[in-house]
Amino acid sequence: MKVAITSTGNTLESTIDQRFGRCSYFVVYDTESKAIEFIPNPNKDSEEGAGPASVQLIASRNINKIISGEFGIKIKSLLDSLKIQMIVLKEPEKKIKDIIEMLNH
Amino acid sequence: MSPRIKIIRKVSNPPVIKGFNPYGPELGKQKLEPINLLYEEYEAIRLSDYEMLNHYQASVMMGVSRPTFTRIYASALQKIAKAFVEGRQISIKGGKVYFDSDWYHCKRCSCYFNNPKKEKPVNNCPLCGSQQVYRFDFKNTYEDVTDKTCYDMCVCPNCGFEQEHQYGYPCSKQICPHCKSFMKRKGSPNCRNFKNQ
Repeated sequence: MKVAITSTGNTLESTIDQRFGRCSYFVVYDTESKAIEFIPNPNKDSEEGAGPASVQLIASRNINKIISGEFGIKIKSLLDSLKIQMIVLKEPEKKIKDIIEMLNH
Repeated sequence: MSPRIKIIRKVSNPPVIKGFNPYGPELGKQKLEPINLLYEEYEAIRLSDYEMLNHYQASVMMGVSRPTFTRIYASALQKIAKAFVEGRQISIKGGKVYFDSDWYHCKRCSCYFNNPKKEKPVNNCPLCGSQQVYRFDFKNTYEDVTDKTCYDMCVCPNCGFEQEHQYGYPCSKQICPHCKSFMKRKGSPNCRNFKNQ
């Protein structure tokens, strides 16, 4: 299963980004192969429609879960219809490596 | 006088298909308009005939009153009957609805998550795996949900006026109080171009 985490940077020491559509990086973690991939978000500075464009990026990679601090109103219904699970984590200090550790519970 | 505003209906499972096509030899001769079945009508049929709920339970699920649910359901049956008898297409679209899934809260890692696979019950937190998960009700924390700031700024491309971006209100729909032009998200490419000029 693949999990996407929104990140502020491209290292494991970076913290979770509290925004979904305009986050700096997506961390794609495969729970089976333990592979970690950092994808820079092309919609970081977009004027509008950053959320739906990011959803498209996520959906094209067969991701099942997304962990972020917030999901906008345009995105919730989109992800619902794509059957992608949203996990809202309201802890801005959480590091990516901590979250990956939590996923390996 | 304008009619009373409809309550927005909650649809928890959007249909997997966009509609139905009839088949048969008589089909090519006539070009009939398809019947438009609304999402709320689809949901009414699903709740009451597929999930076998009674009208009261179903109305609570959709967030409308019991008589309103019955009206939606009656209109759905009427449309389906019309499509069957006249051999018309059914397209499922439109309606005053929002899609929602159930939300849960984990006490251990204090995260919130939804359950997109409704047929499976939630026992464990998807993040930390603990079993301390509870149903989360939006209504109790409604103020919290709307009162969000995301530390971004909206900027006016005309006069440079800045204001804090409000969650759920697109910048491009905000109007600058000074020069009455539409705002933009600060840091977006078009804004930068403007500043360089």
